[in-house]
Amino acid sequence: MQRIGVFVCWCGTNIAATVDIDTVVEAMKYEPGVVHASDYQYMCSEAGQSKIKQAIKEHNLTGIVVCACSPRMHETTFRKAAKAAGLNQYMVEIANIREHCAWIHKDRKEATEKAVVLARTAVAKLNLNTPLTPGESSVVKRALVIGGGIAGIQSALDIAEAGYEVDIVEKQPTIGGKMAQLDKTFPTLDCAACILTPKMVDAASHENINLYTYSEVDSVGGFVGNFNVKIRKKARSVKADICSGCGICTEKCPSRKAENEFNLGLNKRGAIYIPFAQAIPNVPVIDRDQCIKFKTGKCGLCAKVCPADAIDFSQQDEIVEKQYGAVVLATGFNPIKLDNFDEFGYSQSKDVITSLELERIMNAAGPTGGKLLRPSDNGHPHTMVFVQCVGSRDTTGCGKTYCSKICCMYTAKHAMLIREKYPDVDVHVFYIDVRTPGKNFDEFYRRAAEDYGVNYIKGMVGKVAPTNGKLLVQGSDLIADRQLVIEADMVVLATAIEPDQTAKSLATMLTASIDTNNFFTEAHPKLRPVESPTAGVFLSGVCQGPKDIPETVAQASAAAVKVIGLLSKDKLMCNPCVANSNELLCNGCSNCQHVCPYGAIDYVEKEFRAGGKTSLRRVAQVNEAICQGCGACTVVCPSGAMDLKGFTNQQIMAEVDAICR
Amino acid sequence: MHQKTQLQAETIRLISGTNTRKCMKCGKCTASCPAFAEMDISPHKFVSMVEHGEIDKLMASKSIWKCMSCFACVERCPRGVEPASIIEAVRQTVIRKQNNNYLRPENIPELLDPKIPQQALVSAFRKYSK
Amino acid sequence: MTFDYYPGCTLKTKAKDLDIHARNAALALGIELEELPEWQCCGAVYPIARDEIATRLTSVRALASARDRGRELLTLCSACHHVIKRVNNDIQTDDEIRNKVNNYLAPDIEYNGETKVVHYLEMLRDTVGFDTIREKAVKPMTGKRIGAYYGCLLLRPNNVMAFDNPENPTIMEDFIRALGAEPVLYPYRNECCGGYVAMDDKNLAAQKCKNITSSALERDVDMLITACPLCMYNLDINTNTAEETKLPIYYFTELLAQVLDI
Ligand SMILES: Cc1cc2nc3c(=O)[nH]c(=O)nc-3n(C[C@H](O)[C@H](O)[C@H](O)COP(=O)(O)OP(=O)(O)OC[C@H]3O[C@@H](n4cnc5c(N)ncnc54)[C@H](O)[C@@H]3O)c2cc1C
Ligand code: SF4
Ligand code: SF4
Ligand code: SF4
Ligand code: SF4
Repeated sequence: MQRIGVFVCWCGTNIAATVDIDTVVEAMKYEPGVVHASDYQYMCSEAGQSKIKQAIKEHNLTGIVVCACSPRMHETTFRKAAKAAGLNQYMVEIANIREHCAWIHKDRKEATEKAVVLARTAVAKLNLNTPLTPGESSVVKRALVIGGGIAGIQSALDIAEAGYEVDIVEKQPTIGGKMAQLDKTFPTLDCAACILTPKMVDAASHENINLYTYSEVDSVGGFVGNFNVKIRKKARSVKADICSGCGICTEKCPSRKAENEFNLGLNKRGAIYIPFAQAIPNVPVIDRDQCIKFKTGKCGLCAKVCPADAIDFSQQDEIVEKQYGAVVLATGFNPIKLDNFDEFGYSQSKDVITSLELERIMNAAGPTGGKLLRPSDNGHPHTMVFVQCVGSRDTTGCGKTYCSKICCMYTAKHAMLIREKYPDVDVHVFYIDVRTPGKNFDEFYRRAAEDYGVNYIKGMVGKVAPTNGKLLVQGSDLIADRQLVIEADMVVLATAIEPDQTAKSLATMLTASIDTNNFFTEAHPKLRPVESPTAGVFLSGVCQGPKDIPETVAQASAAAVKVIGLLSKDKLMCNPCVANSNELLCNGCSNCQHVCPYGAIDYVEKEFRAGGKTSLRRVAQVNEAICQGCGACTVVCPSGAMDLKGFTNQQIMAEVDAICR
Repeated sequence: MHQKTQLQAETIRLISGTNTRKCMKCGKCTASCPAFAEMDISPHKFVSMVEHGEIDKLMASKSIWKCMSCFACVERCPRGVEPASIIEAVRQTVIRKQNNNYLRPENIPELLDPKIPQQALVSAFRKYSK
Repeated sequence: MTFDYYPGCTLKTKAKDLDIHARNAALALGIELEELPEWQCCGAVYPIARDEIATRLTSVRALASARDRGRELLTLCSACHHVIKRVNNDIQTDDEIRNKVNNYLAPDIEYNGETKVVHYLEMLRDTVGFDTIREKAVKPMTGKRIGAYYGCLLLRPNNVMAFDNPENPTIMEDFIRALGAEPVLYPYRNECCGGYVAMDDKNLAAQKCKNITSSALERDVDMLITACPLCMYNLDINTNTAEETKLPIYYFTELLAQVLDI
């Protein structure tokens, strides 16, 4: 028989305001096995914990139930306290009477009744608990970073600096991400390439960093400390180890029809190309859909001109299989498609562009050599209109419900840069709100308006009508309460951003969670912002939510610290609540093996002796280091042989009985 | 808010089936409205004036007779507010009062020209009188 | 395939051209249009007010009758299409309206929005196929530059009408291509012509129509097409009075019949 102590926490008024604590304590005194019940204002405090410890010793308790907040908050705290008082830490049960009860009920009577039920359920389970001892697993001292934008690069550099090996997998032919496409960056207006390319070079040359560019993650197995990852290195059709990066091939390639994605289709590139001058690695890729040799069998000009003989038309995708202790997700974002926003005329006029396209037009290495030219006729624009919040803050299903966070600031940047370089250009900005929280951000925006004369209009654009070579921008000015039509030469849309399309499939592979917008979810929105709820998976950059570069880098370094903390351990404590099979009952049906998402179940042939006869049977065996305790196998086992330690079928039934009592 | 004005505002919300609180005051409705030049109260103000219970002013406004029910504001509103439905609700509230028709049968002959389609007459009557 | 056809009041009088050519062309394309018996005027404007029940009834009668005959309901006039399709949506999505309407009409079988409402253009695209029209074109309008005028009623609100991209529609342009002509995109093709306001404020409607036709003329169109008698009226009286804005405007079915040579 257990000797159980029940400790009911008030959580200040969080619980006590809705739950009558005395009633709960009183009710628990009569539950089977309970020998002690008491309450305290803050159980998690030092004083609260020592009350628990004292009671354990005084009453010789074999287990405790703490009625308090969610186990996600303080289960560890109370387990440690119990351990310090000599109990096995798995003899601790939490009844969540805060989130599951006090916070969601208004009626005190109802809430109190429910708290009693939750408490007695925990007691009923604890009566059947047995002490458990966690096993250990090893840690592979290498990290994988998925996505080579500024987020991925920063995380990788920090991890590498701490002495651990890091691989970056980047799906594009070069690392750098969106930042490589930007011109100047707010709030200090330093050139993006000037601050990014040194980091790219560092990443490429670091002895601990290994780049897999033009590569994708095919599959992920395993678990924290021991992820097993298959990486697909897509065929570049160029031998990276002998290519000197001279670029002759890219100049000579006669196919010139492909849209240059790096310049967002504002100009064309060859079938063999290097995305931009400072690309890393500086090795071209053949776009097989565009290459004449691949399409017709003729041409092969690049192979003829290559002085290094690096072109290899027969190259195949290559699969690399590697183990990692931790995974960092840094897959970033893309601007949304504007198909649902044709009132702005993006599909009807070349002179209506997205902000990212404007970055390329302003960039000295871009399609216009940094000159501000109207795409339709390469003329000089005299009037420009910026529209903020295009596709953001939209609850109709056409766009995104959230604020994209970066566009107010980059629009101020664009407006300012244009007014500085071309003071003859009139610049109007339509805004709903101007959101500038950040160090020196509001000052930056005001500078655009006050020092550079950017005309900020509180209102929205309803229609852009391309007419007579101009764009008639019909908008509202709510301060003046009027409608106005601006005859503009160019319209720039501050387009909403969304997570990269691959986020969803990666989330499935890693069992990491994503929110309704496909941003990766953090383990706790305030207290664990760079960890995914899945152990060993960390989040870096815009893939977790809209961010500018300073925030991205801060989060990237924070994620790196978490990875370093994990990799610095030699052993990880495993969860002892794992499945185990009763060999006498197992009939070797393989059901459990099929459902186990972690591949933790194997089969062995075993000798059994019954009735004087010896027979050989095939039975399931769980690898405790791999099992994550999800319980899927226990449900499918037809003979009831599979059980989960700490959550046995018996325990669950006892809980159900206690609820229904 | 006054009880009467509160009731009036509630009625408008009910008839129009809109939730005025969803408006984020972006002004895209007013930016889209093709009848703006003739209006005294702009579409976005209809939304906030219902919110503030200023129904009497809306009922006296010229805008309710100028709105063409083109739904441009409805289509482009990023929050699904439907200013056109609010304007219609105010218009209905006005013409449902006795002797308050905006268009009367006796006005018709002077409006007629040989090409006018039935549809124009029927719809104008539906919009302007009870 | 046979459709129940809802012509509407204007098509019986001022817009006979829209109607007669539609019937003839359908026949030539192997589509049978059977006029819905005892149809009544849809009311010409959709009753936006949610508490208006009486003004929804004629649409529901037509819808229920098509349902009972096991047919899809085919519309032609933009206004009828708009009204009937939206009332159908009300019945499908608004319990209060559905209950009140059924209480009032007391049909043998309650109407719950079962009927599919199809516009003539949708029928051409989905049932006949624009390619078929192209094949059957006897007198293709090669070389003609035609601007489609959509107006409001077919397109908005898109979440109910689901007709086409409301800001950049293509169905009429595809139709024009099927006629062998060249579609001309112009930005005001989905802006309002003034609608019923023309009865009260002629100037406002005139201004709106001027925006539309000058936007089309700037793109060098030879003619405009429309599916709506009211759009036709507004555009016609406001442009074809002055010489400099002169621009022929046709119902799309007129051109269809002409191309099929019937
Ligand atoms: C127009 C514009 C202007 C901006 N201006 C500024 C500015 O002035 N100042 C500022 O602070 N911020 C600015 N920003 C914001 C800045 O671009 C972002 O904060 C930053 O790029 C985020 O970096 P990231 O690494 O998280 O994402 P990204 O830059 O998107 O990088 C993600 C990388 O991951 C790769 N990837 C994605 N999925 C996979 C996959 N499945 N496998 C492998 N690789 C994958 C992508 O190819 C990409 O290289 C601007 C943004 C825009 C759109
Ligand atoms: S020509 Fe050869 S060496 Fe030069 S960039 Fe091309 S592949 Fe590399
Ligand atoms: S950051 Fe500014 S422009 Fe971008 S969505 Fe938010 S409010 Fe709109
Ligand atoms: S429905 Fe009325 S208020 Fe709305 S845009 Fe059209 S004319 Fe303006
Ligand atoms: S468009 Fe919608 S959200 Fe914006 S002001 Fe008008 S009603 Fe409000």
